[in-house]
Parts: sequence; C-alpha cells; structure tokens
Amino acid sequence: MSESKTESLHPGLNLGEEHGEDHLEAETSVFGFWVFMMSDLVTFGMFFIIFASSVTALAGGPGPKELFNLGSVAWQTGFLLLSSLTSGMAVLSLKQEHADTEVPRKKLILWLLLTALLGACFLYREIADFIDMAANGGGPTRSGYLTALWSLVGLHGLHVSGGILWCLVMVVGVMVRGVDRRWKLAILRWAIFWHFLDVVWIAIFTFVFLGGLI
Amino acid sequence: MEELLFGKLTWDSVIIVQEIEDPNLNTFITAGAAAMIPIGGVMIVALLWWLKWWKPLISWVTSVDHKRIGVMYIIFAVIMLFRGVVEGTLMRLHQATAIDGGFLSADHFNQLFTTHGTNMIFFVAMPFLIGLINIAVPLQIGARDVAFPKLNQISLGLTGAGGFLIMISLLIGEYATGGWTGYPSYNGKLVNPGVGPDYWLLSIGLSGIGSTLTGVNFAVTIYKMRAKGMTFMRMPLFTWTALATSILLIFAMPPLTACCAMLGLDRYLDFHFFTNDMGGNLMNFINLFWMFGHPEVYILILPAFGVMSEIAPTFAAKRLYGYKGLVAATMCIAVLSFMVWLHHFFTMGQSTTVNAAFGIATLLIAIPTGVKVYDWLATLWGGRIRFTTPMIYLCGFFILFVLGGFSGVVLANPTLDYQLHNSLFLVAHFHNVILPGTLFGILAAIHYWFPKMFGFRLMESWGRLTAGCWIFGFSVTFLPLYSLGLKGMTRRTVDYTDPSYVPLMIVSGVGSLFLSLAFLFLLVTFWRSIVNRKKLAVPFGDPWDGRTLEWWTPSPAPEYNFAVLPEVHSLDAFTAAKEAGTAYDPVEKYEDIEMPSNTYYGLIIGILVSAFGFGLVWYIWWMVIASFLGCIGTMIAYAFLPQRENIIPAEEVRRIDEAWRREARETQGITRDEESNETNKGLARPDILPSV
Repeated sequence: MSESKTESLHPGLNLGEEHGEDHLEAETSVFGFWVFMMSDLVTFGMFFIIFASSVTALAGGPGPKELFNLGSVAWQTGFLLLSSLTSGMAVLSLKQEHADTEVPRKKLILWLLLTALLGACFLYREIADFIDMAANGGGPTRSGYLTALWSLVGLHGLHVSGGILWCLVMVVGVMVRGVDRRWKLAILRWAIFWHFLDVVWIAIFTFVFLGGLI
Repeated sequence: MEELLFGKLTWDSVIIVQEIEDPNLNTFITAGAAAMIPIGGVMIVALLWWLKWWKPLISWVTSVDHKRIGVMYIIFAVIMLFRGVVEGTLMRLHQATAIDGGFLSADHFNQLFTTHGTNMIFFVAMPFLIGLINIAVPLQIGARDVAFPKLNQISLGLTGAGGFLIMISLLIGEYATGGWTGYPSYNGKLVNPGVGPDYWLLSIGLSGIGSTLTGVNFAVTIYKMRAKGMTFMRMPLFTWTALATSILLIFAMPPLTACCAMLGLDRYLDFHFFTNDMGGNLMNFINLFWMFGHPEVYILILPAFGVMSEIAPTFAAKRLYGYKGLVAATMCIAVLSFMVWLHHFFTMGQSTTVNAAFGIATLLIAIPTGVKVYDWLATLWGGRIRFTTPMIYLCGFFILFVLGGFSGVVLANPTLDYQLHNSLFLVAHFHNVILPGTLFGILAAIHYWFPKMFGFRLMESWGRLTAGCWIFGFSVTFLPLYSLGLKGMTRRTVDYTDPSYVPLMIVSGVGSLFLSLAFLFLLVTFWRSIVNRKKLAVPFGDPWDGRTLEWWTPSPAPEYNFAVLPEVHSLDAFTAAKEAGTAYDPVEKYEDIEMPSNTYYGLIIGILVSAFGFGLVWYIWWMVIASFLGCIGTMIAYAFLPQRENIIPAEEVRRIDEAWRREARETQGITRDEESNETNKGLARPDILPSV
C-alpha cells in the first residue's frame, strides 16, 4: 500500500496522506458508498422508465402545460446546484485544513449548514409546487402520468430530505466530537450522495419538466 | 379507539379461531400450521431456558463475525426449508387426490403455492447462499472480516424481518394467493383488498433491501480486502461466483424494491401504476418484476456453480480444469442474465421480433453453462476421485441439472413456449434446475464447509443416504410433471377432471414423501454428527486435502480467521504450500489483531423493521410511525456511540498459532484412503504426485 499512497484511492475527492490512516480507511468506505449509489441509480432508473412509459397516460386529467410552474422549477434547480457547490466547499475545507482546530471546524460547519439551508429552500419550493398541483386537480391519484410524476419527483425529494437530515446530524457530530475519522468519512460519503442528487435532478429537470413543456 | 390501536386486526384474523368456528380437514391443516408458530416459539424458549443457552444466544445474535452471521443465515434457511418442504408435499398430495376434490380448499391451495414459491426463493435459497458466501468468501480471499461487518448484521436483520412477516402470516390473517410473482391486477386493491398481498410485498420488499446491502458488502469485500498477492485471476472460483452474485444483487434488487414500492403505493394510496383504469399499466409491473426475476435465477445458481467448482478439484485431487474458461463463463452468464427477462412472458403480446430476440439471447446462455459442465467433467477425468457425499450431489447435479437445462432450451423457443407456458412442463423445468442446481449445491457445500464452521465433519453414512434420498425423491416427484405438462395439465390447478392425469400425479405425490424423508434425514445427519462430534473432530482444519486458503487455518476457524494473513503466489495457494512442504512452517512475527466487537445494531433494526412491516399490513399507523422513527433514531444513535474494537494481543495469537503449527509439523497426516475414517483429524498427507 505504501507505494500507492500518492495515487487517488477512489473516484472523487480523496483525503490526503496527512490524514494518517483515515485516508486508507476512506478507500473501502467511499468505494462501498459508490457501489451503493450505483444501486440507487438503478432504483431511480426504474422510476424514470415508468415515467417515460406513462407520459401519454393522462386519462383525461391535466398535463404538463396546466400544472408546471417553470419559474419555480428554475428556482429549485438554482438552489440545488448552488448547494452542490457549497457541499463541495465543505469537503475542500475538510481536506485542506484537516487539523482539528477551531477555525477549519467552524468553516466546515458553516458550509454544511449553508448546504442544508439551500436544500431546505429547494424542498420548500418543491412542496409548494406539489400543493399547487394538487389544488389544480393534479394529485397523484388522478392519472397514470401523475402517479409516475409524483413518485419520481417525490423519490428525489425524499432523498433530499434524507440528505438534509444526514447533514444536520454531521454538524452536531462535528461539534460534539470534532472532525474525527468517523465524521470525515461520513462527510465524504454524504458529499457523493449530495452530488448524485444533483445529477438526478438535472435529469428530472430536463426530461420531466422541460421535456413535458416542449 | 380499537381501530386506532389495532388497525384492521381483529380476533377473527387469528387462524386458530377460524378452525374452532368452522372445523374441517382444510381448516385443521391451516390451524395446525398456525399453531406451529406459538408452539414452536414456546418450545424454543423453553429449550433455551433448560439448556441455559441465553448467554451464548445473545453472543451469537449480537455477533459481527462473518462466520457466525453465515451460520445464522443457514439456520434461518433450514427452518424455512422445513416449511417449504411441508407445503410442497401438501400440494403434491392434494393434487394426487384432486380428481376427487382433494382435501384443501381452493383458497388455501392458492396460498400454499404462493408461500411455497416466495418462501423457497427468498427465504430458503437466498439465505442459504448468502450464508455460504458469508462463511467462505472472507476465508477464501484471506481476509479477517467483511468490508462492513455491521452492515452485514443489518442485512441479516432485514432478512429476518421478511421471514417474520411470512411466518406470522400463518398465524394472523392470510398470505397472498397470486403466486410468488404477485402480478397485478389480481394483487391490486380492487380484486384483493385483504392483507395477503401486503404481507407478500412487504416481506420480499424489506428483505430485498437487505440483499442489496449484502451485494454491496461482498462486492467491496472481494474488490478491496483480498490477501497480498491474490490477484483476480488467483481467486478461487467460489469467490468469483460470489462476486458475480454480488454484482447481480446490486443491480437486480432495485427493480424489485421499486416494483414492490409501486404496488404498495397503488394499494395503500390509490396510485395508478398498475391499475386497469386511469392510465395504469400492469405490463410495467411484469417487466420490472422480471428485470429483477431473471438475474435472480442466476443469483441462485451461480454460487452453486461455484460450490461445484470447489468440490470437483478437491475430491478429484486435481487442479480445476479450465479455470479461465470458468471465470469467463461465470461473468458471461452474469451479463447475459440481464438481457433475457422477457422470456418469462413470451405470450403477453409483444411482437414476434421482440420474442425472437429474447429467445435467442436465452439460448445463448446455454453456451457458457455448457462450458462449465465440460470443465467440471474434465476436472474429474483422471483424478484421484473419492465418492464422498458432496461428490454424490455433484453426480446428481451433472445428470439432472443438464436435463433441466435442456428443458430450458426447449422453453426458450417462443413458438414452443406458446404450447408449454403455464403448464406443469414449466413447473418441472424450474424445479429441475433449482433442486439439482441450487439445492444440491447448497447441501454439498454444507457437507464441504461444515468442518470449517464447527470443527467436526458430518457423518458420511447419513450424508450419503440423505443425498440418495434427495436425488431419488426429486426424480420421482418432478420428472413425471414433464409428461403431465406435455399432456396439457396446467400449473397451480386445484382440481382436474381428466383421469389420465391420475397415475403420474400419484407417482409424483409419492415422490414428494421421499423429499420430506430426505429433509428429515438431513436433520438426522446433523443430530447424529453432533452426537459423534468427538470422533469426527478435525482440529487441524484440512479434512479434504483442500486447495484454497480457507483450509489453511484450524477448524473451527478462529474469530480472526488467520493468525497471520497469508500471502498468495499462485492459484490454489494452500496446495502449493503443501507441495513445497512449507504450509505449517513457523512464523516469526505476530501482531495485535483488531476485531470489531459485538453490537445490538442489526437486532434492533431487524425488530423495528418487523414491527414496521406488521403495522403496515394491518394499518396500525402508530406502530408504523414509531418503528420508522425508531429506525432513524437507532441509526443516528449508533453514529454517535463510540466504535469499540476487540484487541486480541499478539502473544495470545502466537500461543495458539504456534501450537497448531508445531503439532501439524510433528503429526503424520492421513492419506485420502482414510478420509472418511475417524483417523481424519484434518491433517492431509498428499498421497499422489503433485498435481499437473
């Protein structure tokens, strides 16, 4: 292992050698999480397939033109993309200023909290849109199309909620126990998760919302 | 108030109450099965009390040791196998007498074939194989543990939760009646508003998540934790098949999770994924289910192929013939398994072009499978063969599995499938691959690795009798079904009127009694071997002159697997060391070994998820919410609890390991002639020329 220390150990941002054994431990932990993400991607893929096969299954109910609020979706996209940037900053502050001193820890916590806040803004807009849709007769039980739409977007929303909860738990963890190995690895994995949700959202934005309005 | 506390659950839901109110043979059987749950539970508790086994039990269920988790998977699978065999026998006996109406009600019969299928696939075959992978893979790759030991425990907990749901459905409520594939619209809310389909989708959905996590765990273990020098092309074949299975689990379980979730949304929240009206489409379910379902077939068979690839070279004392070919064939099958799902519904209205494409893809799988069979045959050729129990299973496998494969080739042709689908020919086919393939592989593996887990061999005499009984019972039960299927008898038939079916149905019914006997003999094998365990002990750890790393450590294997992690320079590293005479040489340097200590994590998650599933089935919303929050709370709590490690000091490791090595050097091993005798203490003396 010693000769390969300078190489990248897994896809994504690696901890450096100065993190001691932590960066070796990250190899298994982060790789495992990548594998899990692949599995989760298949789950999203299944919901995408069902959505694709249901675009015409309106059953006389309202369609994209009646229901979508593209301005709001644009805001959501902005929040989520920005939150990906801030989550990346959190990992960078973890990587560069690894020492468990007060200043980097504060920086790290700040970026994490900012990410959670942006995620919450995203969720707030998304839920508001769902409520609007339901009020305009576009609830999930109205047609096959709306079932698939609500499930796919809702599954993503559930993931985002989970990501926010995870982020807040880590903030508490870092405050209580410091930036030790466990929280370092958790932050690395969570960052993958958060970027993944961004990628999925771009697909949803393109195929569900833009595609629906073409 | 009552509804708030108990949801849909009432006294009448308890099956035994139904028997008291309406006694007949059919309700007597359901009540008997239901009574097994409380009676079995009380007996187990009493037995544990009497034997004072509480402490060991706690130390097992909180263990993160991959070997113990593997054994728990297998015990779970044996219990479920008992239920599956009884159900199968009941169905065969019912059909043998069904021309006069049989003795089961139609609804009960439908529940039987549904639970039998679900149970055998998800709670017998999969836990058996995952258990074997747990036991063997870390040892074979020279690792101390799996990549994520706690996650491993959680997977077991989720499997247990699924098993709990399918078991409790015997006592409370009913199970689904729509077959193990659970197609809507029949399993939708409109046709089936009862609890049966909910039990079905929750039991397999929740345990499916556990299987996904197992796949992740073992893929990472095999990629990242191999011993020094063990390149991919030096991995034992069983490890290769475990890797292929893990990859299949990672990619094939999500479609199952997704389609269970969607069916659940249809049933609980009136969504329209698979309904007949409002834009739902039931073909979506069928496609998703078989996108999981077909790779699942290879999840079941590939590890069994791996077992056969270990047994053939070991008991022929020869290197595995065509190692590279077998690896390539394994990976080919894994890839192809994702491209053939549509052959499960050729008759459901696709164009002939689509059917032809999937038919050809299906036929292609016969090629790598054929490569494998020839490789095993060539391995035996000219070998120093011992006819032990695993070899009997291997022979049964050779003849019967190939036959099952041939009938699969017949079914892969869409034009023929139009004639044969939904007939007993199909039932004969898949039992013909799953029993001689998966089950024989599992049973052979249990004989093969049992000494590694427990430190003593299973009795050969009972083992051989059991193997013979399985082979005979299988042949008599299922081969007649081919003929009946060709005559036009459909599957899942509760009664029939054509008297020409009767003779072969009776033969098949008698055969099923032999299968029950075989299961009984399996238990007797365990019992007699435990009684005679002193005579059968193999403390040196290498009872079969093994070739791979798992035999290079004492039996039962210590918690840390290897005192010193082995270094690998070739395929069959242990054989190479034995031939060089260096296998038991003294080691200079020992180090402290860190092992993760026991935890209640998996147990707590398993119990909470069981409550979550039960609450959902019966609409007990407080239970659903509480157990869901409990799961999240548990995960957060464990994120904060300190991670404890068990340190085993280097001196203690040295003391145990040096004694083992010294004794092995000073003792003369046994030759292969004495393999089944009491003189076999697990130290092998090579008695043939070095393998070529």
